[in-house]
Amino acid sequence: MYAQMVKTDAARVRSLDEMDPVERAFQERVDAGQKIEPKEWMPEGYRKTLVRQISQHAHSEIVGQLPEGNWITRAPTLERKAILLAKVQDEAGHGLYLYCAAETLGVSRDEMYEQLHSGKAKYSSIFNYPTLTWADIGAIGWLVDGAAIMNQVPLQRCSYGPYSRAMIRICKEESFHQRQGYDALMRMVKGTPAQKAMVQDALNRWWWPSLMMFGPSDDASVHSAQSMAWRIKQNSNDELRQKFVDQTVPQAKYLGLTVPDPDLKWNEEKGGYDFGEPDWEEFFNVIAGNGPCNAERLNARKKAWDDGAWFRDGLTAHANKMADRRTASKIAAE
Amino acid sequence: MELDLKPAVDQSALFAFLVRLGDNALILGHRVSEWCGHSPALEEDIALSNTALDLIGQTQLWLGLAGEIEGQGRSADDLAYLRDGYEFRNILLVERPNGDFGKTLMRQFLFDAWHYLLMKALQNSSERRIAEIAEKAFKEVAYHLERSQDLVIRLGDGTDESHRRMQAALNDLWPYTGELFASDDVEQTLSAAGVIPHPQSLKSGWDEIVSTTLSEATLQKPDDGYMHKGGRRGVHTEHLGFILTEMQFLQRAYPGAVW
Repeated sequence: MYAQMVKTDAARVRSLDEMDPVERAFQERVDAGQKIEPKEWMPEGYRKTLVRQISQHAHSEIVGQLPEGNWITRAPTLERKAILLAKVQDEAGHGLYLYCAAETLGVSRDEMYEQLHSGKAKYSSIFNYPTLTWADIGAIGWLVDGAAIMNQVPLQRCSYGPYSRAMIRICKEESFHQRQGYDALMRMVKGTPAQKAMVQDALNRWWWPSLMMFGPSDDASVHSAQSMAWRIKQNSNDELRQKFVDQTVPQAKYLGLTVPDPDLKWNEEKGGYDFGEPDWEEFFNVIAGNGPCNAERLNARKKAWDDGAWFRDGLTAHANKMADRRTASKIAAE
Repeated sequence: MELDLKPAVDQSALFAFLVRLGDNALILGHRVSEWCGHSPALEEDIALSNTALDLIGQTQLWLGLAGEIEGQGRSADDLAYLRDGYEFRNILLVERPNGDFGKTLMRQFLFDAWHYLLMKALQNSSERRIAEIAEKAFKEVAYHLERSQDLVIRLGDGTDESHRRMQAALNDLWPYTGELFASDDVEQTLSAAGVIPHPQSLKSGWDEIVSTTLSEATLQKPDDGYMHKGGRRGVHTEHLGFILTEMQFLQRAYPGAVW
């Protein structure tokens, strides 16, 4: 999940009877499955929650370029290099649609960057883990994009029109990303023992952080309940995590890999796997900035932004000059 | 596969030329891809990964054809990943370090203007397969040029700082542009056979694109002084070794593995 633990400002979810007529009309439209569009009235909490969630999602796409970009220059074949370039390009594109979707809620991209750079806005915990071998690139496609799809498919039905539409487009590309990741790993497990060991090592390191992407259990969270009432969120974190495990474990078996969870066991009764608890202390540490790559990721983004200031200023100055010249030539012509 | 290359054409010259084209695309694609996630604006990240992707795609086609012409069973990947620096035939310009974003853009523009003219001309190659690849590449390269040219103009005629950086980039890179038009027996043979344009025949078109662009960008075209060369015959700068170390790591560390 690219957006984790998004706050809603709600103390509790209110019933229709407690709402004033405007808010009640809004909630009834949401309940009826209608889309809310940018110019329409919406509760301030709804707007703020969406800005938090969409910007966190956008930041994740942008920061997510870094761990994968780390291997573009070392991709083992020209074809793998081209596929990885295309994937990272898609991710930057997703960031762009998502920033645009957030802008419809009255926040600018520059403001969102400022929040990212100051540490006020978060991005997914997963991108604070390092990509140490080529197998990590396959594992990110398979597991990280797999987990992202689990979350993003329901987001296509989100009540906010621009977010929902961005997700429809993004989901199409994400499924290609997941397939290419799995395909790269498939090739490796069929290869030499060293290649297979590399894939197992990647699974060992990425399995738990991938399960953490869904966030801690939110069954008792008021924010989650409010997000669901607004139809921003459709499923609980535990539901999505279960679905992900059920889908992924057979894929791991097909690759001939061992999932690094001694508690993993098929439960016939529930028709799904039982599995161990991720290390939530590690998760909260990563969220708090103590993950293995938090400092590097954020510094890389800040450096890109700061070093690029002259470039953006140059383009703005040129645009202003052109506008002045057009005005001057118009005056001269009159 | 039928090659449709007339036996009259010198195959070793053809191979040498195709490797030069492929290596230019590969090394520049590598350099451009180093920016991924680090560029000054999101739109630039997208445009740069797109440019790198086009160049890597062209590499696959040029080196793939080179391998077929050579007839020794070497694939595009073999050529890219299993040659050492002295066997690489790219011009020195494309292996220059990225520097600041202005330098990267200026390098791209100086290369694109040449690349555009070459791909345009190669569409008329007497060799069908070359003409076909050039036709595909031309569409991509025309866009690369449009973009790099536009940015050079906007940044040259932007702020004092952007102007200063673009002029510095131009001055630094200018001595590496002479090699774009260098020729040896390979080009002499192939141009005489109508396979490629003579490198010198692209010079006036390049001068025109570059002069017009620089003038609009309010940048001063440097004097043609000493020009560095060597890449086309395998004598590179120290930078290439590090590019290859990084690029070829997996193929070298796991010989024979399939990825």
